[in-house]
Amino acid sequence: MAELVQLFFAGLTTGAVYALVALGFTLIFQASEVVNFAQGEFVMLGGMVTVFAMKAGLPLPAAALLAVLVAVATGVLLHRLAIEPAKGATVVTLIIVTIGASILIRGLAQIAFDKQFHALPAFTGDEPLRVLGAAILPQSLWVLGGAAAIVFGLWLFMERTLLGKAVRATAANRLAAELVGIDTRLVLALAFAVSAAIGAVGGILVTPITLTSYAVGTLLALKGFAAAMLGGIGNPVGAVAGGLLLGLLEAFAAGRISSTYKDGVAFIVILLVLFVLPRGLFGRRAVERV
Amino acid sequence: MSPGARNKVAVLSFLLLVLLLVPILLPSAFHLRVAALVWISATAALGLALLMGLAGQVSLGHAGFVGIGAYATALGPKHLGLDPLASMALGTLAAGLLALLVGRPILRLKGHYLAVATLGLGILVHLVLVSEVAITGGPDGIQVPRLELFGRRLVGPELWYWITGIVLLLAAWVALNLEDSSTGRALRGLHDSEIAASVVGVDVARHKLVVFVIAAVYAALAGGLFALFNRFVTPDVAGFLRSIELVTMVVIGGMGSIAGAVVGAALLTVLPQALTLFHEYEHALLGLLIIIFMVFLRQGIVPGLAGFLARRRSA
Repeated sequence: MAELVQLFFAGLTTGAVYALVALGFTLIFQASEVVNFAQGEFVMLGGMVTVFAMKAGLPLPAAALLAVLVAVATGVLLHRLAIEPAKGATVVTLIIVTIGASILIRGLAQIAFDKQFHALPAFTGDEPLRVLGAAILPQSLWVLGGAAAIVFGLWLFMERTLLGKAVRATAANRLAAELVGIDTRLVLALAFAVSAAIGAVGGILVTPITLTSYAVGTLLALKGFAAAMLGGIGNPVGAVAGGLLLGLLEAFAAGRISSTYKDGVAFIVILLVLFVLPRGLFGRRAVERV
Repeated sequence: MSPGARNKVAVLSFLLLVLLLVPILLPSAFHLRVAALVWISATAALGLALLMGLAGQVSLGHAGFVGIGAYATALGPKHLGLDPLASMALGTLAAGLLALLVGRPILRLKGHYLAVATLGLGILVHLVLVSEVAITGGPDGIQVPRLELFGRRLVGPELWYWITGIVLLLAAWVALNLEDSSTGRALRGLHDSEIAASVVGVDVARHKLVVFVIAAVYAALAGGLFALFNRFVTPDVAGFLRSIELVTMVVIGGMGSIAGAVVGAALLTVLPQALTLFHEYEHALLGLLIIIFMVFLRQGIVPGLAGFLARRRSA
């Protein structure tokens, strides 16, 4: 029992980070149909900028804020300098553009920071909490609480604000949104900025547990992509569910089957699911119009 | 001559000309080594060009098949006492069989779902190569024995330049013939519209499977050649970044173009060699150049150039 609880919380914690990455994918995809493979780099920037800002003497909250700002600026620049000019290109070309961007961001991070692994101090101590015999790090609760707050905040923004409605309108039909006077370019830039902020916050929250380095973004992006597709792309609820599910499966596979193949779980699951449900768990039934 | 036949002759004579000119213009061992690497990458990219350009299906995990070919060539002699050449043939066969097996369910998927499924396939192959340390040697890689033919050891950059070059020429010849066959026309048809193609009687699923298997065989062949030429392989040959490199070669060269795949392979093989001059800025510059190419030469180098020449001629 204790082991199950332990694995459950470990899985939920990593799953929350995958969920945030998948949510970032979904936001940008909804607004622009671009699959942004640079999404993992925002997580990396969140962790790395915070680490180095704290080394320079900033307190944690200020360092974290700076990290989010750096990630948002990167996201907006990515949209402005790479995605916007490539407007109208094919899906594959856009995928290559975002992968090029992720190589560029990683390359710059390697120059600006270093190639070492870095940790952050846990926000509220390292003394584990005892729950049903399992030891749970307080930082796990930060990750889960933070992820829940982001999801709730995003929901409020999308459902209750005019700007959020503009984002949803653009996602539903870009041309129609433009016709009713929505500045879709602004909406796209906003989607990149919000995605970047979400990724960066995820990176800051999880770094005390998982450590960070300039290269952590790639695998996170790939797993986040798998999570988003698992839920059915373009579906925020599916993205969060897919992320949490992947985290849990990964933790239980690592604990019970083989820790060597932990990183493969996400891809085995996505292949099996897609063989049965070609549009993901929550994807709409495909109807092709001729 | 039909337009298809004319194109075939043009592309093959262009390749042959380049193949003959490079050793005259750049005779140093280093340049011949880089050129051999270009021919190997181009062979893999050719297969992917058929899959992507002709049939319109994307694969983000194609380096997985390269890895299967490369590791079969390395492991056959070590664990089974097989001849390296026979191991390479077996590896190519194995890659083709794997493609045949997983092709049908994977190719049912469309767009981003196809992308994530092929991505997963490639990553799983890479993960096995990294994790099965007892068999594959793990992340440190593994030595590949020298190839011997008729009691002669096949060594030296010049010899490998010609071996890889001739394989590429043959691969291009097969690819061009495929393009100009009924299968090629069926693939172009389903690229434009699967529904329209199936209405006129094209077996969409079967044709997609055929081109997927061909692409896998090309990739594995390139992997085997790389193993024999380099005499050392690491799991990196099957990594995600290698898969992306292959896709980028096809797109930068020009999606629908056989010659484009070769040009793209040349660019992406030579560029990193040149960029090592910039030391730590290497990766940042590579990323930047990829973005610039994709934004400004969207349709690819070869179609872009052809369009430019056609405009000049008509002006």
